[in-house]
Amino acid sequence: MDLRTGLANMLCNGVIMDVSNVEQAKIAEEAGAVAVMALERVPADIRKQGGVARMSDPKMIEAIKAAVSIPVMAKVRIGHIAEAQILEAIGIDFIDESEVLTPADPDHHINKKLFKTPFVCGACNLGEAMRRVNEGAALIRTKGEAGTGNIIEATRHMTMITNELRELRGKTGASLEDKAKEFRVPVELVQIVAESGKLPVPNFAAGGVATPADAAFVRQLGAESVFVGSGIFKSENPLAFAKAIVAATAQYDRPEVLLEVSRGLGEPMRGLEMSEIPESEKYAGRGY
Amino acid sequence: MNTREGHSAVDNPSVGIVPLVGILALQGCVTPHIEHFKKVGARCRSVRSEAELSDLDGLVLPGGESTTMLRLLKVNKLFDPLREFVSKKPTWGICAGAILLAEEVKNPEQDSLRIVPIRAERNFYGSQLDSFKAEIDISGIDHKVSVDFIRAPRILPLNDSVTVLARHEDAAVMVRFNNLLCSSFHTELGADSSLHGLFVRECLV
Repeated sequence: MDLRTGLANMLCNGVIMDVSNVEQAKIAEEAGAVAVMALERVPADIRKQGGVARMSDPKMIEAIKAAVSIPVMAKVRIGHIAEAQILEAIGIDFIDESEVLTPADPDHHINKKLFKTPFVCGACNLGEAMRRVNEGAALIRTKGEAGTGNIIEATRHMTMITNELRELRGKTGASLEDKAKEFRVPVELVQIVAESGKLPVPNFAAGGVATPADAAFVRQLGAESVFVGSGIFKSENPLAFAKAIVAATAQYDRPEVLLEVSRGLGEPMRGLEMSEIPESEKYAGRGY
Repeated sequence: MNTREGHSAVDNPSVGIVPLVGILALQGCVTPHIEHFKKVGARCRSVRSEAELSDLDGLVLPGGESTTMLRLLKVNKLFDPLREFVSKKPTWGICAGAILLAEEVKNPEQDSLRIVPIRAERNFYGSQLDSFKAEIDISGIDHKVSVDFIRAPRILPLNDSVTVLARHEDAAVMVRFNNLLCSSFHTELGADSSLHGLFVRECLV
């Protein structure tokens, strides 16, 4: 296993939190986040404000990197190799090639094998996950609708990938060749996944996680860790929500713990119902 | 023969003892250990509560984020039971796990179980870009082992009660203190199970 997937493995059973400044990064660290995602606007604000969403100012990312001892991630636009080079020059620990930002390339994702820094990419289904792994992604996450506080899309993607993995398991010969064509990846990769019954990199949930129960839910569906974007700092009580989501992620299958940490947290982020979002403003369709 | 899930070498001192190794699973890299332990003839249990510590023959504190684990140990009322456990039973702290066992933690200073007389300096080598692989000699293993240093801490022995089991470029990277092992590197990400085998033998003593 290479060092990039190695770090992804260290992040398992944890929570990665979006933070917009040093103060939020310190709250996340104190609450027990395994990593922070530094970005100027959380997805809920990107959604509200519109316009082109780009990589954050390196100065802000560097300030967060200097303030915490845990790994720091940051986002680049899909396909934008120069933004990724800038983040690698900062010495960022992980790069998220993210559909939450406005895509920069209509046909290609970044060739992630050219970087020493590990990448995480979103996927709605197994084919998309395998294309990203084939390009060098060290970690896969769902593409739940970021900034909505609505878990349904992350659920859809996690379930889809689990079902497709089950269907592929044990297949051999010509049916693998067909899958490789359908997925647009080398048959060798399909063979590895068919034999092991899982992706060769960890699989996390992201998009729409707003409560400890949401985190526990996606963990029960098979997510090895959870990204929480707007759900923490758009809630009424960020530190309490952050701590509760960390605790729920660790004890995701123990209802008595989930009850304990869910009680009296205050208002979660408001959230958006999917039908309130025009098709053109949904992020999950971005990427290829 | 005793077949209940938790049976230990002590309960069952007959031939073919299969030790039960716990892996602290509050956060971090758990699954790859299970496969290695299976290969070297041990059974595994994920540990997230005090009850799950009972009748284990040994415990792994895996890699991950030490700040997260420390917080979750306290939230789940595992800090004191774990301190009690590691004072008696074989325990192997890896990277973040070694930080949890250390007597002193720097960069930044943080709480720990304060058991092994070492100073752990977090993120000593830098960020992920400074993570590296190496082939090293480990005392008790007859070949060079391929290891991964991932945002690794430096571990500095504080006195002679600590035995150095492995070095990299003159620095200690694996130490023993009584029943406790600390390594700043990982072997669970590779195919070599010899260090897991060595730990299982500790669990049988």
